Amino acid sequence: MKYIDGFRNPLAAKKIIERIEVLANLLKASGRKVSIMEVCGTHTMAIARFGIRNILPENIDLISGPGCPVCVTEAGYIDAAINLAKAGAVIVTFGDMINVPGSDESLAQCRANGALIEVVYSPSAAIKLARQFPEKNVVFLAVGFETTTAPMPAVIQIAEGEGIRNLSLLTAFKLVPPALKALMTDPELKIDSFLCPAHVSAIIGADAYKPFTGKEGVPCVVAGFEPLDILMAIDGILNQLVRNEASVENQYNRVVKPEGNLKAQALMDEYLQPVDARWRGLGLLPLSGLGLKNEFERFDAEKKHGITVKKGKEPSGCLCGEVIKGKSKPTSCPLFARGCTPDHAVGPCMVSSEGSCAAYYKYSL
Amino acid sequence: MCLAVPMKLIEIRGDGTGVAEMDGAQSEVNLTLLEKPAKGDYVIIHAGFAIERLDEKEANARIALFQEIADNETP
Amino acid sequence: MKAELTIQLAHGGGGRLSRDLIQSEIVSRFGNGPLEGLPDAATIPWHCDKLLFTTDSYVVQPIEFPGGNIGDLAVHGTVNDLCVCGGRPKWLSVGLILEEGLPLATLRKVLDSMKKAAADCGITVVTGDTKVVGAGQSDGLYINTSGIAEAIKGFSLSPARITKGDDVIVSGNLADHGFAVLAARKNINISSALKSDTAPVHRLVQALEPFAGEIKFMRDPTRGGLSAVLNEIVENRNINIQLNETDIPFSTCVKALSETLGIDPLHVASEGRIVLICSSQVTDQILHTWKSMPEGFGAQSIGVVDSGKGRVTIKTITGGIRIVDVPRGELLPRIC
Ligand code: SF4
Repeated sequence: MKYIDGFRNPLAAKKIIERIEVLANLLKASGRKVSIMEVCGTHTMAIARFGIRNILPENIDLISGPGCPVCVTEAGYIDAAINLAKAGAVIVTFGDMINVPGSDESLAQCRANGALIEVVYSPSAAIKLARQFPEKNVVFLAVGFETTTAPMPAVIQIAEGEGIRNLSLLTAFKLVPPALKALMTDPELKIDSFLCPAHVSAIIGADAYKPFTGKEGVPCVVAGFEPLDILMAIDGILNQLVRNEASVENQYNRVVKPEGNLKAQALMDEYLQPVDARWRGLGLLPLSGLGLKNEFERFDAEKKHGITVKKGKEPSGCLCGEVIKGKSKPTSCPLFARGCTPDHAVGPCMVSSEGSCAAYYKYSL
Repeated sequence: MCLAVPMKLIEIRGDGTGVAEMDGAQSEVNLTLLEKPAKGDYVIIHAGFAIERLDEKEANARIALFQEIADNETP
Repeated sequence: MKAELTIQLAHGGGGRLSRDLIQSEIVSRFGNGPLEGLPDAATIPWHCDKLLFTTDSYVVQPIEFPGGNIGDLAVHGTVNDLCVCGGRPKWLSVGLILEEGLPLATLRKVLDSMKKAAADCGITVVTGDTKVVGAGQSDGLYINTSGIAEAIKGFSLSPARITKGDDVIVSGNLADHGFAVLAARKNINISSALKSDTAPVHRLVQALEPFAGEIKFMRDPTRGGLSAVLNEIVENRNINIQLNETDIPFSTCVKALSETLGIDPLHVASEGRIVLICSSQVTDQILHTWKSMPEGFGAQSIGVVDSGKGRVTIKTITGGIRIVDVPRGELLPRIC
């Protein structure tokens, strides 16, 4: 199976764009401008990378949503990780977090000053590192949405099974549906449709978007990250809007099931429980995150080390919060491309590889 | 938000892990999140974990659909 | 079982152990020609009107990776720097920094690779130096090489000559080296069939002699990849470079690793490739010449030079256009 090439057929792209233009014209005829929020940062990046924004008709607007785990994590979380590192813990993290500014410095700066900070590709490497440094506390920076959260119970299971005592998680897991709810009910925002994330949906299932559809709702279309997937999803959204419908459409059914991954859900239920969570931009949203259940608190870095993650100091002048909500385009931030570039990033939306500001900076002409 | 790629399971070990492959890139993967993984399954890998199966039939149907769109003269 | 032989601090102490190491490992491999008798400086013949001179240090981790090791890399890297500036490599110096505890077997393997690579490139090791540092003070083995080449007649390479209408050509698949090394690192748990493309480019360059005058620029896209090379060219100039995504050659394995790890292959190093910019009259001839050679069969014309504001852009397969950004800092695997 020539997997990638099959999804990047340039001729098919051209044809789908032609279909999109036809639908956009129909909507335009009835005076409609359409805002589609791509919830997920990987969509933001793919859209930018394949130049999709600038081939869409002008009455179709793609706005970027809160789906970059790095961007929605507040500065205080980085501060907490840095404090643990300075106290001698080995910090284990995905590459994504390493350059995010905390209140005073980033993990990369902290590492340059001698702290032990290990970048890994998989959370299972945290187990290996815990074995490798038996005399040290190993803290895994457990951030992410449902997709990245799902593996964590398995990691705890292994740690339990092997009697590993020096590993803990600094959790800042986030859930997508509560964020969508907050965005939908925000009177200042007018979102006509959600382009729903691919791999979060693999875990939670396409049915999870049902509450956002129907009479009061908007079309919710689940799509993969290949350019043709995204174009087809936009085509599907416009089709629904033309017909005045608002239902869940699964354009990624090669992976996403209506009910999601039940085994992953069961494992998460066993180890984790919903908690209130703070999002940069969206603020404190009730039950919008996941934390470890009380019976596993020995793996909870905050409890184990007696710390609490505070709010932290957000970079001044940065509009990230507005950008994450889709209220501001990165280009309307006065610092964009002036004081703030990927080389000298002010806010996380410029640091993160899938942050909206980085996507706009790198990929728009 | 979650970079993940399809790979084919080429080895399954007793301890809940296995090896997945795509175009010559091999990755050690954890299979805990899958119900009865089998050798030859296509799976979606995120951060070293198989998070879901890729339905080969649906994937091929999709590729065929794109081919059909491409071949279709009138849009 | 015999204990494994390793490098000791005394190997760098200047005494008998030092001499033995130099004699048995270095002189035995590189000891004829100017190195013979181990003078403090090499005496080399010179009878051409221009020389090229370059130096580079090699600290790659891991020392051995699929398709090569730090030894052949250290020869190829310096040879290639000379070649892409229009040189015919002649003489090489080698400085070794060994960490106490380095297995002698590793050193031997690296030196064997260097010897083979040097012979293949027609470059002679004329002088060298070996130092030993204490355990923990380095990463096993570092190498510095400096090289001297004679200028090949006819080349007048200068980015300033690049103008609208020129073509951009690469000599083969890109990014194999960077991904092969990344995949060989620990903590990533990924392996691949991919081999580093570490190789000399001297034959490719020498085959260009007939069109030398029409070639305006050559570079080997090492650290920072194709993106770094092209962005450097357009910086502060009134030209753009427009690439065509579908024409840029990557192996399927590189594409797969790039998707898996979330790393843009345009940012990733090759160690045996050339990026060349020439006037469009000679594009077909160059491609024809290169494609008939084993190290150039994957050559492709990948884009054109246009007037513009100093940007490198790429036309994606969907027909969209985006900026090819400058790579920043270390390449890290990402989850998002
Ligand atoms: S451009 Fe920089 S400062 Fe402005 S919102 Fe984006 S990250 Fe923040």
